[in-house]
Amino acid sequence: MAAEYQNLFTRVQVHAPSYPGIPLERGNKEREGPPIHVHLLGRLGDAQIGPIYLGWFGLASLLCFVIAFEIIGLNMFASVNWDPVQFVRQLFWLALEPPPPSYGLSIPPLNEGGWWLMAGFFLTASLLLWWVRMYRRARALGMGTHVAWAFAAAIWLYLVLGFIRPLLMGSWGEAVPFGIFPHLDWTAAFSIRYGNLFYNPFHMLSIAFLYGATLLFAMHGATILAVSRFGGEREIEQIVDRGTASERAALFWRWTMGFNATMESIHRWAWWFAVLCPLTGGIGILLTGTVVDNWYLWGVKHHIAPAYPAVFQPIADPSLLQGVKP
Amino acid sequence: MMTPLSAKVAACLLLVSVLTGCERPPVDTVQRGYRGTAMVEVYNPRTLATQTALNQAPESQAPVAAVAGGPTAGQVYQNVKVLGNLDVANFARLMVAITAWVAPEQGCTYCHAADNFATDDKYTKIVSRRMIEMTQSINSGWKPHVAETGVTCYTCHRGQPVPAQVWFFPGEPNQARGMLGNKAGQNRPATSVKLASLPNDPFTPFLLQDAPIRVIGETALQTGNRTSIKQTEFTYGLMTHMSDALGVNCTYCHNSRSFSPWDQSTPQRVTAWHGIRMTRELNNDYLLPLTATFPAQRLGVTGDVAKVNCATCHQGAFKPLYGAPMLKDYPELAAAKPAP
Repeated sequence: MAAEYQNLFTRVQVHAPSYPGIPLERGNKEREGPPIHVHLLGRLGDAQIGPIYLGWFGLASLLCFVIAFEIIGLNMFASVNWDPVQFVRQLFWLALEPPPPSYGLSIPPLNEGGWWLMAGFFLTASLLLWWVRMYRRARALGMGTHVAWAFAAAIWLYLVLGFIRPLLMGSWGEAVPFGIFPHLDWTAAFSIRYGNLFYNPFHMLSIAFLYGATLLFAMHGATILAVSRFGGEREIEQIVDRGTASERAALFWRWTMGFNATMESIHRWAWWFAVLCPLTGGIGILLTGTVVDNWYLWGVKHHIAPAYPAVFQPIADPSLLQGVKP
Repeated sequence: MMTPLSAKVAACLLLVSVLTGCERPPVDTVQRGYRGTAMVEVYNPRTLATQTALNQAPESQAPVAAVAGGPTAGQVYQNVKVLGNLDVANFARLMVAITAWVAPEQGCTYCHAADNFATDDKYTKIVSRRMIEMTQSINSGWKPHVAETGVTCYTCHRGQPVPAQVWFFPGEPNQARGMLGNKAGQNRPATSVKLASLPNDPFTPFLLQDAPIRVIGETALQTGNRTSIKQTEFTYGLMTHMSDALGVNCTYCHNSRSFSPWDQSTPQRVTAWHGIRMTRELNNDYLLPLTATFPAQRLGVTGDVAKVNCATCHQGAFKPLYGAPMLKDYPELAAAKPAP
């Protein structure tokens, strides 16, 4: 059996009777529907689907999401004159744009950003309701609320981009459009406008945590798969009762990089790296335009942007010269 | 369940469909700036081969030595308003050249009435007279952009009566008036901005009007610069057009770590700065006033005249025709001679 775990892909699928879940306290709605088992899903995760608990928060969140999704989708569809072929072909280019900056923080006409405000409101409501649901489900199971707070970190970045920073800048037009390429163009334009975001130390931190989180995830996943033949996947027990899998994993990293995490600390590393990525990123965005106007010049001021030897003949801004055509 | 063969075929098809959007390697890079600053030009030799063939100057004919005291075009022909001081031999030589550059298939009668070359019956004659004046103005007044290389009719026309790369107002219906689906002048794969979803008419604000192009903050901390991200997207659109029109990267002019400072930019940025002003002047002083002269089929959907942008001359080359000095053989296009 253990040898089956040598493969990178899940090989073992446990067939067991459906697990209905623990009894809920008074005031909680019962879970809906009889559980089913899907073999293919079992190859990726657990084969059992259901019973489903949506609750009022879940239902409200779903409803808000559908409204936001429809507002965005129908606006995109209308922008190609309801042509289904063009809708598919141009989908990545289409967007629902925030209001022009001239409207400031006032309520614009529907088709000049009003729809964007509405979509943003319902999407935000959906995310916050889903967060409450996630928090309450964790509590109902007697769990800690780590997942909910990690999700809150992502919501923080979303709110900074689409709500808090536009509010501080006094213009909804500062916010991100809903669309695939348009939001990427927005991102590039944002960096250009504020003198290159790479010199923003919080952007640096965010990137370090982003790449760091993926690196840690790969290292941890690989380590556990590699020692699963010794029962290494029983990580939680091994926090206090190490066993040979844990010892070997620790020794491997001590040999290869001189230092190792423990069965407990690796999960804290991973959680903090993941959570700090949007937390620091959000701070970086929030400071941009409100406090800092040009990150490159900020970098020069604080000696993190080096000066390079001149290669080209020196030139001057022609608009400052006499005798040129304006 | 897929058979192994069909799975392989499906995987290959997927790979092919993913890679069709890519340029085949290898590409050449040429370092221009200081090492480590990524100031390189990237060239795909296959694209360059096609481009080079498209941007060759035609054979030109050296000017004829004018006979001292010989007759001028204005004395021999009637209604010669711009080139009247040119000697007859060179006048004829230039007319032949212009025919080859602009209307090789249509011939002289594209502009001239067959029975009387002197009349201004055809709109094309009025337009071409103005275009000769424009060419002279570019070559004499815009040396910071065209230097001594200069331009001729061929720089834009390339053997076609209407240059291939001109621009009109997009003429999209004002979607803001509708109920929903406002694209706000962007968010479609527009060739003007190299298929990005950027604002698809970056020409009207910058190459017709003189909206501020500079958007980047000038101080480290915020000191009241209210330039918006949307304005930045317009500037970004114009720069994308320039990059596309010249077949160069951002780093041809800028050190991309900081686009605004002039002391880190290349000398080409100064040339481009003058080019933007030149294009603006040509559109306002030469092309817009010709709107009523053109027949309806030559105008855009909103009834606007064809206008120029960087691509009109450059056509994918960093210098039009890769800097071929055509003008030296046609000095009469270099400057308007004063009337005697």
